[in-house]
Amino acid sequence: MNHSPEKPALSKLFRLQWEETQNNYVLLYPEGMVKLNQSAAEILKRCDGTRDSAAIVADLESSFAASGLQADVEDFLRIAHERGWIR
Amino acid sequence: MTEDVAASAPLWLLAELTYRCPLHCVFCYNPLNYAENRNELTTAQWIDVMRQARKLGAAQLGFSGGEPLLRDDLEELIGEGRRLGYYTNLITSGVGLSEARIARMKELGLDHIQLSFQDSTREMNDFLTSTKTFDLKARVAKLIKRYDYPMVLNVVLHRYNLDHVGRIIEMAIEMEVEYLELANTQYYGWGLVNRAHLLPTREQLQKAEAVVNAYRAKAGNKLRILFVVPDYFEERPKACMNGWGSVFLAVSADGTALPCHAAKTLPGFDFPNVTQHSVQDIWHHSDAFKRYRGDAWMKEPCRSCPDKKKDFGGCRCQAYALTGDAANADPVCGKSPQHGALQNIVLQAHAERAPLQDQPMLFRTDANSMRFATAGKSGKK
Repeated sequence: MNHSPEKPALSKLFRLQWEETQNNYVLLYPEGMVKLNQSAAEILKRCDGTRDSAAIVADLESSFAASGLQADVEDFLRIAHERGWIR
Repeated sequence: MTEDVAASAPLWLLAELTYRCPLHCVFCYNPLNYAENRNELTTAQWIDVMRQARKLGAAQLGFSGGEPLLRDDLEELIGEGRRLGYYTNLITSGVGLSEARIARMKELGLDHIQLSFQDSTREMNDFLTSTKTFDLKARVAKLIKRYDYPMVLNVVLHRYNLDHVGRIIEMAIEMEVEYLELANTQYYGWGLVNRAHLLPTREQLQKAEAVVNAYRAKAGNKLRILFVVPDYFEERPKACMNGWGSVFLAVSADGTALPCHAAKTLPGFDFPNVTQHSVQDIWHHSDAFKRYRGDAWMKEPCRSCPDKKKDFGGCRCQAYALTGDAANADPVCGKSPQHGALQNIVLQAHAERAPLQDQPMLFRTDANSMRFATAGKSGKK
């Protein structure tokens, strides 16, 4: 199986966007849409191709005054990669 | 539940900008009598519809037709769609997609292009569309990738190209498309008229599916292959439109709002027009969008079926076309009393290929369409 990319970026098929009427973030792609929960959206927002997963974790932990997010973030990145959301 | 089921928001706006088309595909889902009404909404009217639907919650915008490239204002509509926050999809035959237009659309923010091919061979592609477009489409495919668009390659499958599915997949890999949509023919509009020609055999389907699965295992993430089920061969109906009036709003060239792009085939409807009603009113209050929303309209076997919230009783247009009543269960369903009759249609289509001699294949042309329109008026209804 593929490993998660080192510095993940959103795949060009997908657009991350806030949807006012749904009151949540969505990923839009050709003829489809995925509704995201808040933590998924916050992780994906930080997938800009410049940060590795450690930097993403550090940023999230400081933004949300949390700790111990590493395992959750890495799990999510692995799934997001399997689904082709990030590259 | 009362009959006034609370509607969720439309998520999909399909703008069928025009019924004009340079192709003459034998499986086109456009209405048979499309040539009768050539009215098209103006640029300002389309923009207004896009704004209204976006406000209601629509996030996906498809430009389709006919061939949407025949509208000179397509670029303007794309630009406005993108500004409004839609994910913008261009669904095209590729005919008319010059480099200048494709570059301009990129600047304007077009998100994705779905290009249709009818086969992996020039001969079959050109025969089924009654055009010489294979080479042109191949050039357009290269152009789409050169401008770095996500691309869906759409190929409608039937008796004449199912055996080519491996080569079609190879073609998609070569073109570096992200998605390949292998859409088994759905029998509406021109597809229904040509059904006896187009229905494949079960053996053809099984072989094709095995080929698809083998490629899926090999291609992994690089190419995603969607295999749209050939529902005549199934036992459970498709969740058509994800439920009537649930997420999908089509607006046809003249402004008629439809809960499904084939809905014009249903009798007894007065489909609302966006030139006369607001999109909000149409979506929430029109009889057409409310009629099969939710499940209060259902008859048996749907009404008491545990799957009714999963498949919504299948497709209303198919129920009407095959049973004469759109509120019946879609006969694709094994529980439908008419399921046996549907299976007979499948069997007969394979028997000796006899039906092929009965009626020639009918291409989607203005002349053929006018014939249907006239027949409809002279009391065939």
